[in-house]
Amino acid sequence: MKISFTINGQPKTVETDGNTPLLWVIRDVLDLKGTKFGCGKAACGACTIHVDGNAVRSCSYAAKFAEGKNVTTIEGLSDGEQLHPVQQAWVEEIVPQCGYCQPGFIMATAALLNKTPNPSDDDIDKNIVNICRCATYYRMRKAIHRAAEIQSNNS
Amino acid sequence: MRKSNLRFGIILSLIASVSILLAHNFTDFKTTNKKAKESGSIISAKANITDTSSEAFDKMMSVLTHKRCVNCHPSGDRPRQGEDSHIHRFEVQRGADNHGTPALRCNTCHQNENNNYSGVPGAPDWALAPIEMAWEGLSRVEIARSMLNPASNGGRNLEQIVEHLTEHELVLWAWEPGVDSEGNPREKPPVPKEEYIAAVKEWAEAGAHIPEE
Repeated sequence: MKISFTINGQPKTVETDGNTPLLWVIRDVLDLKGTKFGCGKAACGACTIHVDGNAVRSCSYAAKFAEGKNVTTIEGLSDGEQLHPVQQAWVEEIVPQCGYCQPGFIMATAALLNKTPNPSDDDIDKNIVNICRCATYYRMRKAIHRAAEIQSNNS
Repeated sequence: MRKSNLRFGIILSLIASVSILLAHNFTDFKTTNKKAKESGSIISAKANITDTSSEAFDKMMSVLTHKRCVNCHPSGDRPRQGEDSHIHRFEVQRGADNHGTPALRCNTCHQNENNNYSGVPGAPDWALAPIEMAWEGLSRVEIARSMLNPASNGGRNLEQIVEHLTEHELVLWAWEPGVDSEGNPREKPPVPKEEYIAAVKEWAEAGAHIPEE
């Protein structure tokens, strides 16, 4: 089936089985490799993207549901050369170790800051539940608070 | 003399018992009818508490107490999941609107239909039942009472309760629960869907009687 949606501001139409996970359309059809495959069970969050501004696990999101929607991946998070506050904070706090899960964490955090601009530790615990096998959680927590600060300063 | 006193006593006790039973049934009949009238139901409350309606109740409750229903009617702020009704993994929370926390919504993972690649179940309006509708830990009679009580059923009348129980896509998902993350089919409720729907309607039409514990 044909599925039309906007991804990172660009309108796209793809021809695929509607039940194909959106993750594979993004990676294999649209060649955007920033979104990662982790568990394939919507458990780890490495594949997190935004659909209409909300965090979604793309390994468990049938491509047909993207019809008419606005999809954002890690490649579309920044404003041109201007890093998103979450990306900026990630750089400042030197968060990643192996880095594989980080795009998912960054997308989940950006979704959190859209809804809760100044999250508490409890907000972070209850909203950011992705999995990092390098256990960079401590640095991520610092980076999330820093991202909130940068976002607040920018606005 | 003693014999006739004893006989008189037995007769009196029998009359008293029959009167109490009649009074009880009449009260029950009145209550059920009043409830149906108050609820504005178009379903006639016959209140004929027959064996058939009791069977219908048993059938309906065997479904409503099944994990496919109760997992999303928890008594706390964490959903349950799986065949063993364990607490939902990944710190998933009820959230203010029963759809999760601001950035970890139910539909972060659950979409409008089951996803057989990931094993994540899905149906329209995937969410927890409000805390007032907590069923976890209740007996079937307590669940039925809670279900009929407008204070704990979202203000639904009997007709709306029947509609929710027999037509809502999220409820009927229980018979199409898909497969888990290992590809194993999820357990369905113990009664076939059509039989369950017929039982709910039969129970409601007979006056929605709830038996004693």
